[in-house]
Parts: sequence; structure tokens; C-alpha cells
Amino acid sequence: MMYDFFVDLFGNTVIAGIASGILMSLLPLFLFILPYALFAVLAERKVSAHMQDRLGPMRIGWHGWNQTIADIIKLIQKEDIVASDTDKPLFNFAPVLVFAGSYAAFAAIPFSSYYIGSEVDLGIFYIIAVTGLVVAGILMAGWASNNKYSLLGSMRSVAQIVSYEIPTMLVVLSLVMVSETMSLHTLSEMQTGYFWNWYIFGGPGFSLTKFLLIPSMLIGFIIIYISTLAEVNRVPFDIPEAESELVAGYHTEYSGMKFAMFFLAEYANMYAVSAIVAALFFGGYQSPVGYLGNLLGVEWLIPIEQFLWFAAKGLFFVFVQMWLRWTLPRLRVDQLMAVSWKYLIPIAFVNLIVIGFITLI
Amino acid sequence: MNLYDLMFYLFAALTVISGFFVVTNRNIIYSGFFLLFTFFGVAGIYVLLGADFVAIVQLIVYVGGILILLLFGVMLTNKITNVEIKTGTINIYPATIAIGLLTGSLLAALINSSWLTVSTAAPEPTTKALGTMLIQEYALIFELLGIILLIALIGAASMARREK
Repeated sequence: MMYDFFVDLFGNTVIAGIASGILMSLLPLFLFILPYALFAVLAERKVSAHMQDRLGPMRIGWHGWNQTIADIIKLIQKEDIVASDTDKPLFNFAPVLVFAGSYAAFAAIPFSSYYIGSEVDLGIFYIIAVTGLVVAGILMAGWASNNKYSLLGSMRSVAQIVSYEIPTMLVVLSLVMVSETMSLHTLSEMQTGYFWNWYIFGGPGFSLTKFLLIPSMLIGFIIIYISTLAEVNRVPFDIPEAESELVAGYHTEYSGMKFAMFFLAEYANMYAVSAIVAALFFGGYQSPVGYLGNLLGVEWLIPIEQFLWFAAKGLFFVFVQMWLRWTLPRLRVDQLMAVSWKYLIPIAFVNLIVIGFITLI
Repeated sequence: MNLYDLMFYLFAALTVISGFFVVTNRNIIYSGFFLLFTFFGVAGIYVLLGADFVAIVQLIVYVGGILILLLFGVMLTNKITNVEIKTGTINIYPATIAIGLLTGSLLAALINSSWLTVSTAAPEPTTKALGTMLIQEYALIFELLGIILLIALIGAASMARREK
């Protein structure tokens, strides 16, 4: 659609391809991630405040709803401080790499049946792969800062992400075995209808396997939620930026817009993993109770509804992440590794085998 | 020149240029990070060739695994940045002859082989075919590779746990 428009405009397929590619890839950023991040930063402060019986930001706008916008304006104005002993090329490039990695994941996330950046056959696998760029970016930031806290923070972060990738992959693998697809779009399409068709409730159809799958799916969901929480460095797994030990971890030396890029990447990551969990286990963009568009016979309403459902599911899991952040204490480094290697990975393996047997029935 | 060619040259240039910097750079950390772009470029070329699964595995194994571990090892090794990495030239004559022979044979292979030309239709997803092949035709080799990896894993663990 966009491509055809540009072909008419430029009369050249190459330029049209590039232009539509750039525009389509910027669409989720400006329509979704930036507004979401603005909202989420404020929401985090408000949620934390109310959980601790405080009020949070109250001054700017009604109940402080303009606070993040003011913060962003402040961040843009700030002087870009680069400490003299940093490795400048790497220091400047690291935030870009981190953000590129976390943003690239959004290419394969189906926001609605009409909008998915790239309908690749390997959707979920691709998302796991490109988040490797985030790891490299964090390592780069920690090294280039030339600061022991930054380096320690990035080392911890990388060790953590690499360890927790394994249980995530195992759960994804077990789901791929059940659904026989790796495309998040197809996966969402399969969970259409009502909420009992979601994979958390054993997947579509009514058979013996569906009911046998329910306990395994619940275990799988809990494992993937814990491990994705660790992958985005959120509490209780936020040891890479443990304020009491490491100042601010790998972004200690960053200020101004570069810091804002790390911040944006963190919030984008939070939504990305929540969206993945929603797409895998909670029906993706499918409505749990049917569509208003079907009821009224308005065809164009359905994609919009789907987008709203998808956003709501994702935002709910983001809210749970915030909730956990202000509820649980932080784990120690050795406890963190023990959780992954001694508990999550063996359980995920057993779960994988059990699901394999059930799907064979 | 269409979009496909443009993308190909973009990724090819990325691979070759960053590969050049990997070899010539004196700072081992920089070399490591340039390797990231080399791997990324190769993954892009795989995608353009229609090998989607191989491209993703390239990213997971090389960028997410090997490169990270490599950088980790380099960073944890004490004072590695102060070590003089030799990038000078020695043994020029034997090297020239060897490289000349290699280039000649590669060029000969390039010119003489009859290239398989495929129409530019959208490539099919390869995952299913690959999986079927691995588990049926090449099941034995697949299992053996798994055992080799397991042996390496056990070896690494036993080396790490060795008491003094």
C-alpha cells in the first residue's frame, strides 16, 4: 500500500522501496513506543509512589501527567558529558546499538492482524536472535565507560542475559512443538475465538491433549515470565544496575540524550518481552470475548480492536513488572545464577520433554 | 539495479570492510566489535540468499554466543589491551606465493563453475525442510554432533571445577 504510493510518487521502484521501508519501520516507533515510554515512565513513578503510600509527581499538570514530557525536554537540553578517559567511538556508539537491538525486536511483533512489521516465518526465533545486539551494546557501554562500576555492571548484565536466554529458549521451543509454527502472526491466528483457545489454557480445540497441556503451559508461562524479567534487567533481577552496589551499572557515565536512549531501550524491551509473552500464551492480538466489529458488522473496526487488545495485554504485563519491582527485594549475584541454572533450566527441560510426550499422543 | 542488489552490496560492503578492520586493528576490543558487524553482514547475505534459518542461527550462535564470550574473555584477561599485537609483515615472499595460489584457484573456480541461477521469486521458508532432513536423512550425524557438543561441555565443566 505504502510501497505503491511511493512508486507513483517517485516513479522508481528502488527509491520507493527504500522510502516505504524507512517509513514502515519508523511507524511503530513514533506511533507506539515513544508514547508508550512516556506513559510508562510516569506510570512507574506513580505505581511506585502509590505502592509506598506516597503521591509521586504531582506538580506538572493534573496529578503530574506532564512530568515525563518535562523530563524529556530537560534531557534534550542537557550538556552531553563525555568523561575524558572513555573510549569515545565505542562510548558514543553503544547506546545506538542497545536501542537498535531492542527496537529490531518490534519488527516481528504482530500488533494486529493488519500490522506486523515483517511477517517472517521465524518470528519468535528472530526476536531472540536480534536481542543479542543488546548484549553486545551493553558490553560495549560498560567497557567504553572505563569505570569499574560500569564494567562490573555490564559483565553482570551479560552473564545474566546469557544465562536466562536458555530457559526462555526452552519454553519457546516447547511452544513451537505444540503449535508447529515459529511465526508470531500464525501463533496469534491459531488462538482466535475465545480465551479458552489461548495456549495458557492448552491451545485451540477440545481434546485430551488440551487438558493435559494446561499444567505444563502454566509452568512454561511462569518460567518464561521470570526469565524474560531477568533478561530486561528488572527487579528482582536488577543486579546490573544495583544502585546500592554499582551506582547505576553500565550507564553510570552516560548523561543527557545518550542516557535517555538507554532508558528508552529499557522500556521498549519491557514492552517487547511482555508482548512476546502475550503473543505466545495469551492469544496475541486476539480478543478474549469476541469482537465488537463482528457484532456490529463493521469490518474496519476489528484491526483497531485487535491493536487495543494487544496493547492492553502488553501493558498489563508491563504493569506486573512494575508491581514486582516495588514488591520484591533484589537477588544476590550467586542466587541469581542459581535460580537460572539450578532451577529454571532443569524444570524447563522436564517441561519440554513432558510437552513433547503429550503432543505425541 | 534493483532493491535486492542494493541490499546485497550494502551487506557485502559491511562484511568486507568490517572484516578488514578486524584484521588490521591494533586494539583487540575494537577487532571484537568489528567482528559483530562482519557476522551481521554475513547474516544479511544469508537472508538475501533465502536461507532464513541459517541467518538467524548465525546471529544467535555467533553474535549472541561466540562473540559475547570472546569479548568477555578478552575483557576479563588482565591487561590485554597493553599487549602489543603484532600486525607487521613477516615472511613476505612465501605469503605472497601462497596468497597468489589461493587467489588463482579461487578465481579459476569462480570463472569455470556453471552458476545456478534462480529466479528472484520470494524464497520459501526453509525451516521445515531443514528440520525434516536433520531428523530423518542425517539423524545419525545430528546425534553425533550433539554428543560432541556434550563432551565439550562436560570437559569444560570438569576443567573449571578441578581442585588445586
